[in-house]
Amino acid sequence: MIYLLFGYFATVSIVAGVFTIALKHPVHCGMSLLTLLLHVAGLFVLLNAEFLFAVQIIVYAGAILILYLFVLMLLNLKTEEQFLHKKYPFALFAGIAILGEILILIFQTPYGGKMGTATTGVILTTGPSHAIGLTMFSDYLLLFEIVGVFLLGAVIGAIVLAKTPSSPVPKADGSN
Amino acid sequence: MIPLSAYVALSAILFMTGLIGVLIRRNFIIILMSVEIMLNAANINLVAFSHYLDSMAGQLAALFVIAIAAGEAAIGLAIIIVVFRGKMSTNVDQINLLKW
Repeated sequence: MIYLLFGYFATVSIVAGVFTIALKHPVHCGMSLLTLLLHVAGLFVLLNAEFLFAVQIIVYAGAILILYLFVLMLLNLKTEEQFLHKKYPFALFAGIAILGEILILIFQTPYGGKMGTATTGVILTTGPSHAIGLTMFSDYLLLFEIVGVFLLGAVIGAIVLAKTPSSPVPKADGSN
Repeated sequence: MIPLSAYVALSAILFMTGLIGVLIRRNFIIILMSVEIMLNAANINLVAFSHYLDSMAGQLAALFVIAIAAGEAAIGLAIIIVVFRGKMSTNVDQINLLKW
């Protein structure tokens, strides 16, 4: 059963990823990206990461993708004639060749390493969100704070960039 | 039990899909979407190793990657809007002011 689920999620995410970069209309690409994100969330469930599953659905599919679709709607893009790079076969060939080499290396690698303490049993007894919260607010507190400052900077930067530039010469009636 | 290499291979395939997308597409918004695919591939990798090595660190890193992706999308789309206002296009071939 778990093989079936993994096969389904993996296949659909790869196909959706290929559609994302291959379809012509940007909105169709966005929909394919949504499919990919949802199926990657399914993979997270298979990997016992329920909290990340929720975050993936809420933040990626719910916030980031909606942002993309809003920008697509506001810009009202027309499908361009030349939507691929002129020399795209070279990039395609190089990418597939590199992918083949990486896959060969991946299947030859003996995986191993120092085992941690957060086994599946421990996570199931305390709950996945609890386990993540304990780690985040003890060992990774500084990273957490840095991400907070980063997001504040991103919000301010986005507002400043997307603000309608006011005309440098003030109008006669005093309004901006 | 699914072998770890299956997850890593899936992650590699998705990553290369995103990389090829960045290389061949000319629409700025699609290029940002391809970057999101690459970030997702990295997330799969991190969570898979976190599961197979019984450690929480990978999931935390994936969480931070999602936060960074949100910031990246916000800033990237703001830049797209600014460029679109000036050039009326999102084709990256037309953004060549700094080209040698």
